[in-house]
Amino acid sequence: MTAAHVDIELARSFGLKDDEYETVLTIMGRTPSLTELGIFSVMWSEHCSYKSSRLHLKTLPTKAPWVIHGPGENAGVIDIGEGLAAVFKMESHNHPSFIEPYQGAATGVGGILRDVFTMGARPIANLNALRFGDPSHKDTKRVVDGVVRGIGGYGNCMGVPTVGGEVNFHHSYNCNPLVNAMTVGLARQDRIFLSAAAGVGNPVVYVGSKTGRDGIHGATMSSAEFDSESSSKRPTVQVGDPFTEKLLLEACLELMATDAVISIQDMGAAGLTSSAVEMASKGGVGIDLDLDHVPQREANMQAYEMMLSESQERMLMVLRPDRTEEARRIFEKWELDFAIVGRLTDSGRITVRHNGKVEADIPLGPLADEAPIYDRPTMEYERQPALVPPADPCGIEKGLLRLLASANGASRAWIWNQYDSGVGGQTVQRPGGADAAIVRVEGTDRGLAMTTDCTPRYGQADPYVGGAQAVLEVWRNLTATGAKPLAMTDNLNFASPENPRIMTQFVEAVRGIGDAGRALDFPVVSGNVSLYNETRGDDGSVTAIQPAPVIGGVGVLEDVRKAVGLAMPQDGELLLVGETWGELGQSMWLKEILGREEGAPPAVDFAAERRNGDFVREQIQGGAVLACHDVSDGGLIVALAEMAMAGNVGCVLDVAPAALPEHIYWFAEDQARYVLATRQADAVMKAAQEAGVPVRRLGRAGGDVLELGDVMAVPVQHLRRQHASFFPRFMGKEEDAPVVHLDEIS
Amino acid sequence: MKAGIVVFPGTNRERDMAQAFRVVSGKTPQMLWHQQDNVDGFDLIVLPGGFSFGDYLRSGAMAAHSPIMKAVRRFAEKGGYVLGVCNGFQILTEAQMLPGALLRNAGMRFLSQDCHLKVEGRDSIFTSGWTHGDVFRAPMAHGDGNYTAAPEVLDRLEGEGRVAFRYCTAEGHMKDSDEHVNMNGSARSIAGVLSENRRVCGLMPHPENLTEEILSGTDGLPLFTGIMEALG
Repeated sequence: MTAAHVDIELARSFGLKDDEYETVLTIMGRTPSLTELGIFSVMWSEHCSYKSSRLHLKTLPTKAPWVIHGPGENAGVIDIGEGLAAVFKMESHNHPSFIEPYQGAATGVGGILRDVFTMGARPIANLNALRFGDPSHKDTKRVVDGVVRGIGGYGNCMGVPTVGGEVNFHHSYNCNPLVNAMTVGLARQDRIFLSAAAGVGNPVVYVGSKTGRDGIHGATMSSAEFDSESSSKRPTVQVGDPFTEKLLLEACLELMATDAVISIQDMGAAGLTSSAVEMASKGGVGIDLDLDHVPQREANMQAYEMMLSESQERMLMVLRPDRTEEARRIFEKWELDFAIVGRLTDSGRITVRHNGKVEADIPLGPLADEAPIYDRPTMEYERQPALVPPADPCGIEKGLLRLLASANGASRAWIWNQYDSGVGGQTVQRPGGADAAIVRVEGTDRGLAMTTDCTPRYGQADPYVGGAQAVLEVWRNLTATGAKPLAMTDNLNFASPENPRIMTQFVEAVRGIGDAGRALDFPVVSGNVSLYNETRGDDGSVTAIQPAPVIGGVGVLEDVRKAVGLAMPQDGELLLVGETWGELGQSMWLKEILGREEGAPPAVDFAAERRNGDFVREQIQGGAVLACHDVSDGGLIVALAEMAMAGNVGCVLDVAPAALPEHIYWFAEDQARYVLATRQADAVMKAAQEAGVPVRRLGRAGGDVLELGDVMAVPVQHLRRQHASFFPRFMGKEEDAPVVHLDEIS
Repeated sequence: MKAGIVVFPGTNRERDMAQAFRVVSGKTPQMLWHQQDNVDGFDLIVLPGGFSFGDYLRSGAMAAHSPIMKAVRRFAEKGGYVLGVCNGFQILTEAQMLPGALLRNAGMRFLSQDCHLKVEGRDSIFTSGWTHGDVFRAPMAHGDGNYTAAPEVLDRLEGEGRVAFRYCTAEGHMKDSDEHVNMNGSARSIAGVLSENRRVCGLMPHPENLTEEILSGTDGLPLFTGIMEALG
């Protein structure tokens, strides 16, 4: 590369706004070098600086007695008892996953794994929240195939079980899929590693893969909308190497068992730039880097390229000088690069040298403190009015079968059967077995429950409800296994914040998440924001995604043997906990049966949610519950069908109460509801009454038919065949889908 | 019994394997680094699952040439017991300590789900925890599990009772051409084989992941109890 001429034009092409470039000039007191401009542009990108979101994120609840580290570190850390901590976070890799689905998804998984093991935790589970375009769109199959293979390819090789997640299809994601990856790790509370550098003169050490020219300006790309030129950005997508990451994981954990590490930071978005700047800024020290020592994959790399490369599987560490050789031996054993690339200084500046020449020299204070921060305009959001309940055009049985065979209602087994969910030997509930995945904490009787959820169509209609409901559903799914929900991570996927309507979606969703989190004592401990998820068509029109404030949650079970799954038992009574008012607005039934995305989403009621959930958890912990499933997409009848399919056992249900038409009762998506199977129905009913919790009898488990009065009688085998049919057919298998042996999974 | 578990760069089911041995014996096997060049003093060497060297060449091909594999081969030639599961099975075939090869799954996708296995091998500590003809459940988790060998090799394996395990339905029926039963497309539904002296065994699925009731069941336990009873 010849030395580019740095001016406002180049700054614009690097994604800096004109006034941001003016600030750069003021800070530097001169025209910055190419490398300096590159550093400013990535550090001030939306992706790294959270400039549009920061003001609002500050309003989220982040504290609780069990929170050890909240937002601001590589991942959140919570106390799970016995001196142990769960370390977790969710992060998006949306833009790369459309351009190059396999590598985009794979490196998304790689990145979030590094965030977790950087802190000293061994990753024990992965989850993925995926949103794809309409199945009929020309790109969807390609993207689904690549993303699923990429997630599997990376996670399976790493030996971290992929235990859960969710998948949605909607046309708003046609050219902008969402790939949100979550990792949960396990660490000793007295062995948590942070990123703040300390000790002037201490060596700055680079470990892992060599640096190449891949992913340059990836962080800037993720902060821009898509257009028809996007595929030309393929070179900005990073390439993953899970084998090297596995070595890096083992080497880092081996090193962390010594006392050599002072601080450590993975090189993710904006690579060496962001890791060096963050470590030094947080520690209040300066940093001198000499790029001549950076392990390089390609010849003649420029300083600018090395500082902005997003080559994967790399870490930056500050080590105790007297332990450097011990550290070197560990990395040599794992056949990884290990290089001292700099020292900490007291200059308060980041100084970058290459070939004996200073390529960048920036004061760290202003780089961080004068980063732009925007209070972007919002507006009054037109919420959808309440739905006038439509008549049922097809009956309960047909409606149910259509929901189960639809893209959004179908079994996800085709996907999770490509993910190793058992490696590690601690998986108690594999995908599909319970409302949340459950992984035992090795060496203890404890278990961690984990899940991700979001219902974008609710948020499109009412962003506040969308944010709050995602939190409630996560909390409910953890509760339905018997776990005590502890904390959440959020991954906020929205379109352009420069559009007031979108900014309103964002602000309202954050308000919803905050209110729900406070009401449930369920703090946010980590998160990620992904904006500009929209596509500009050739005619200039912009398609924004349905907002997706995805929530990942973690809960703890003190005795993992008390956890319950959702499989229908051979015998027992079925009870419904929670009130059914008949909320059909924005329901799955309305969309799949009538093709309408209309009405207000179901109301959220934090007090009812907490009361009902606490009751259900108590009953599970008390041993009265055989199986439990929350009621969500598709309503009560879908929840019951899912239990029947998971257990391969039918049930006999009573018809709807007189107050509601049959289809509204069975398909409504009222919140705060659970189905319980129990052999102690009288005792549970009595306890519910005492606790002021609404509960009613639904029917009995047993047999091999889902039977509802004289309204419907469908063999469970038939339900399972329908449910399993979508994915194999969609992904290219002509013949009928296999019947998945869910009963053997649970 | 003194068991050792070999760890190659990229091995990832060594902890699962150690846990299974701990369940039956109360003792944790010793981990052996791939650059070690002897395995003297052990009764059993286990090659666990994973992606040794990333499996970027052929699965198991690089690991088969690790220093420790020379030692494992010598150990086996002297009558030592060797168990290879998943990537371990692939390594044993690459090292030509077991016949055949493991190709990409017939459906060209990674398979992670439960399968059923029929116990067929005779006179081996790796099948002695079951009764001949028993059917058990085990999770599979592999991309390259499609067992293949020349027809005469397959005939010989069958003739000598060296097919240890075959994929089958829950009721014990073999269906070679049914992708829901013989999911990876293995020749004659073969899931595991034995060496001539029946002391080296390789299989694709993971009995080590079904050794406790809380972890979805104990179908895999007989592999370990059989080994324990034989080797003490």
